Amino acid sequence: MRCIINGETIELPHHVRTVAQLLRHFHIHEKIAIVEINMDIVPKDNYEQRAIADGDRIEIVHFVGGG
Amino acid sequence: MDRYSRQQRFAPIGATGQQRIREKRVLVVGAGALGAANAETLVRAGVGKITIVDRDYVEWSNLQRQQLYTEEDAIKRLPKAMAAATHLRAINSDVVIEPIVADADARLLEYLVARDRPHVIIDSTDNFDVRMIINDVSQKYAVPWIYGACVGSYGLSYVIIPHETPCLRCLLEEVPLGVATCDTAGIISPVVHMVVAHQTAEALKILVNDERINRKLVSFDIWRGQYRMIDVKRIKKDGCPSCGDKRTYPALQYENETKFAVLCGRDTVQIRPAQRDGWEWTTLISFLQQQGIQVERNDYLFSFTVDWHRFVVFFDGRVFIHGTNDIQEAKRLYYQYLG
Ligand SMILES: [Zn+2]
Repeated sequence: MRCIINGETIELPHHVRTVAQLLRHFHIHEKIAIVEINMDIVPKDNYEQRAIADGDRIEIVHFVGGG
Repeated sequence: MDRYSRQQRFAPIGATGQQRIREKRVLVVGAGALGAANAETLVRAGVGKITIVDRDYVEWSNLQRQQLYTEEDAIKRLPKAMAAATHLRAINSDVVIEPIVADADARLLEYLVARDRPHVIIDSTDNFDVRMIINDVSQKYAVPWIYGACVGSYGLSYVIIPHETPCLRCLLEEVPLGVATCDTAGIISPVVHMVVAHQTAEALKILVNDERINRKLVSFDIWRGQYRMIDVKRIKKDGCPSCGDKRTYPALQYENETKFAVLCGRDTVQIRPAQRDGWEWTTLISFLQQQGIQVERNDYLFSFTVDWHRFVVFFDGRVFIHGTNDIQEAKRLYYQYLG
């Protein structure tokens, strides 16, 4: 499956089918990530169920602490 | 008032907006890279009063991006809040500048916000513990705050308006641990300015009562050329302990114990004693000197080195022990030399 993640086209392995799997794939802790799919924010309790589809535009925002 | 003429000519501000800016109070938490740049921009813009809180002192590694500070500040190891105040007063003597050299803990931030009722709080801290305190104080006293953070070439900004936008705790279910910091991943100055540009633009809108505040979560990578804004209003949680119906302000629950915290990536442990008054610094310094330890001091702190550990003791009671990341070792050293 091919998705546009943070503006870059990325080929995802077959086992990545949900938002939770996607975050695990990128080693991002789900409690601290904000995920938007096709301009629509995904509530955190939907990460396990929410499927991702070929061609989705996904934005993943992670928080950082520095300043 | 020629000084603000260009800002007044900008239609959304105008003479009325300038007058409003003049009457407003801002609390800046942190005087590192973000704090220095935020404070300078707002002081130049002519706010009425700025309170700036910081626990740290100026070091050489700060000068690459912390725009207010000079080599002399680093040589003298001046507390950032004091050095910032000196430079800010030289930039604009109209502005009341209140520097506070202290750890921005719940007690202090709640005191400052209750006392001054600032119109906006600008986050320029480097950790989420303090941000969660700011978040709760903001909700409790209904003062908006502006999150800002950066590392490497990546930065974020977000405005939290009580009773309106989701708060930081709605966005973050837990405090991120082990995320990259400026000390481990580095940081370039341009991303600091990009974060600060967003924070100060939103602050000015708040100060002039302009409705067009950006309610989206903004993030960017200035090296890779990425920029995005996400509408987060759907993730506001009714049950949020900070902004929900049954709020408890968890970050404001005061603690009364000596706290040891590793300053991430700095090979330093900070110790913050619960009891703050009655420190007999002169006695302690001469005691150390009697043991043959060389002590250097200025008006705010003293420092000394034992083996490879450098101790920096602020007169408010806080201590940095450099040269360790180990809390147990830091405790042993602290009680051995200062306990
Ligand atoms: Zn909340």
